[in-house]
Amino acid sequence: MEKRVIFSHKTLPYLLLAPQLAVTAVFFFLPAGQAMWQSFQREDIFGLSTEFVGLANFADLFGQGGYLESFRTTALFSVLVAGTGLAVSLLLAVMADRVVRGASLYKTLLIWPYAVAPAVVGVLWLFLFSPAVGILAVALNRAGLPWNPRLDGDQALALVIVAATWKQISYNFLFFLAGLQAIPRSLVEAAAIDGAGPARRFWTIVFPLLSPTTFFLLVVNIIYAFFDTFAVIDTTTQGGPGTATSILVYKVYRDGFVGLDLGSSAAQSVILMAIVIVLTVAQFRYIDRKVQY
Amino acid sequence: MVERRPWLDVFAHAVLLAGVALVAFPLYVTFVASTQTAQEVAAAPMSLLPGEHFVDNYVHALVSGSGAGSSGAPVGRMMWVSLVMALAIALGKIAISLLSAFAVVYFRFPGRMFFFWMIFVTLMLPVEVRIAPTYKVVADLGLLDSYAGLTLPLIASATATFLFRQFFLTVPDELVEAARMDGAGPLRFLRDVLLPLARTSIAALFVIQFIYGWNQYLWPLLITTREDMYPVVIGIKRMISGGDSVTEWNIVMATAMLAMIPPVLVVVLMQKWFVKGLVDSEK
Repeated sequence: MEKRVIFSHKTLPYLLLAPQLAVTAVFFFLPAGQAMWQSFQREDIFGLSTEFVGLANFADLFGQGGYLESFRTTALFSVLVAGTGLAVSLLLAVMADRVVRGASLYKTLLIWPYAVAPAVVGVLWLFLFSPAVGILAVALNRAGLPWNPRLDGDQALALVIVAATWKQISYNFLFFLAGLQAIPRSLVEAAAIDGAGPARRFWTIVFPLLSPTTFFLLVVNIIYAFFDTFAVIDTTTQGGPGTATSILVYKVYRDGFVGLDLGSSAAQSVILMAIVIVLTVAQFRYIDRKVQY
Repeated sequence: MVERRPWLDVFAHAVLLAGVALVAFPLYVTFVASTQTAQEVAAAPMSLLPGEHFVDNYVHALVSGSGAGSSGAPVGRMMWVSLVMALAIALGKIAISLLSAFAVVYFRFPGRMFFFWMIFVTLMLPVEVRIAPTYKVVADLGLLDSYAGLTLPLIASATATFLFRQFFLTVPDELVEAARMDGAGPLRFLRDVLLPLARTSIAALFVIQFIYGWNQYLWPLLITTREDMYPVVIGIKRMISGGDSVTEWNIVMATAMLAMIPPVLVVVLMQKWFVKGLVDSEK
């Protein structure tokens, strides 16, 4: 879509674009280019000289068991965060779409976690599940399940999944509710007249019609789990114990800022960029061609 | 409502109440912990009834922070840093995106689509994937521990630019013709016609971007080394030391409450704009 009526001016449009372009050039393209350049370089141990090593950094990454393990952790983490989050919020949205009385109150009470910073979410759940003082940890211990996410990797992973999912429920809920409210009532009513019960109506009409929303949210949730959960992990487990909760983004940070292995960190950045590009393209294709039955 | 099924209504309310409880439970425990003494919180399990130290704990947090180790920065200062950062990011994003969307929609000039795509591509470069080199750029510019360093690298916004572009495309051409007939130049048109029309979009974006700015974690974590430049989200992390015994959980929880209040208030009070902003910025 283009405007028919426009202004003509030689320099003004460039001046208007200048601030945005300056910021993107200095803080986006320059660093991204440097990350790419560094990913082909290796620094000696004193940081005095660098040499061009081609794809050696990438080869090293995939040669180490650690990186592939981090991939596996990330995959498991994001599937569980996206899956649980979508299931819980779909259930809540379907129920909220059904009730007449108090619907807007429920909505307000369910959406506020969106505003809570991921780091604060991490701190809240760290406290609840803290082995010595946490109220849920104590309850688990009393129930006969020895709980200590500082020692047990699976429990640490469960902790970050619960925290990350809790934060994302409100976002998914809002989009599911909007999607449900956009479904024409006449379709559901026709099915009801034909004798389909609530469960059957949901699975044969509502759920298929909701598939564009579901697909969109799936991509958004995976992006969230990959990138936005850094703060949750840093405040709760710091990637540990060992590397049990060290997802890809956390590993980039750890290798680059704690381990100071810039070449490897840059190579990981480049791989992450490729993942973001794939996910963003998937997200935008959804807008062009909706998944429909 | 298609048919009457009373048991299903009861079930729906039960599920929703369970959902509300699930969402509210951590908040409640946080609040309770923030009103007790450190000893009361550490008594496992802690009491689930509010204690009597509400005022003490919050005043203590705001004025002197939590003294675990050397990190005793007052939370009041951190809240101020967070507020400045969130406002600068939100308003900065809105300002530069409004201008660039205006340029892309209302002018024809060489390189227009190239610049548009250049802004678009930034969507694919979140801070998380370019942390080390961005840090180096900011360090070279001498912007560590400054408001400019905290906000400038986060201020470019492809989503806001798109949103304004979409909105400008729906503004009738007759308005431009009328403005030109009356002798208004482009900047005058932007100020007197487009800005008032874009008020709702700006409000919606402001809510989303304020929350985004307030909740930033990774970037401030990297570039702030001085206590007096910590946003509250970073400060709270620094209060938690390794072992449970030395963490003053009551103060940490009071700080968590304080860190949550501004963005949650913005969402609850501006719910209409918030929902609009969320849905629009994903289109």
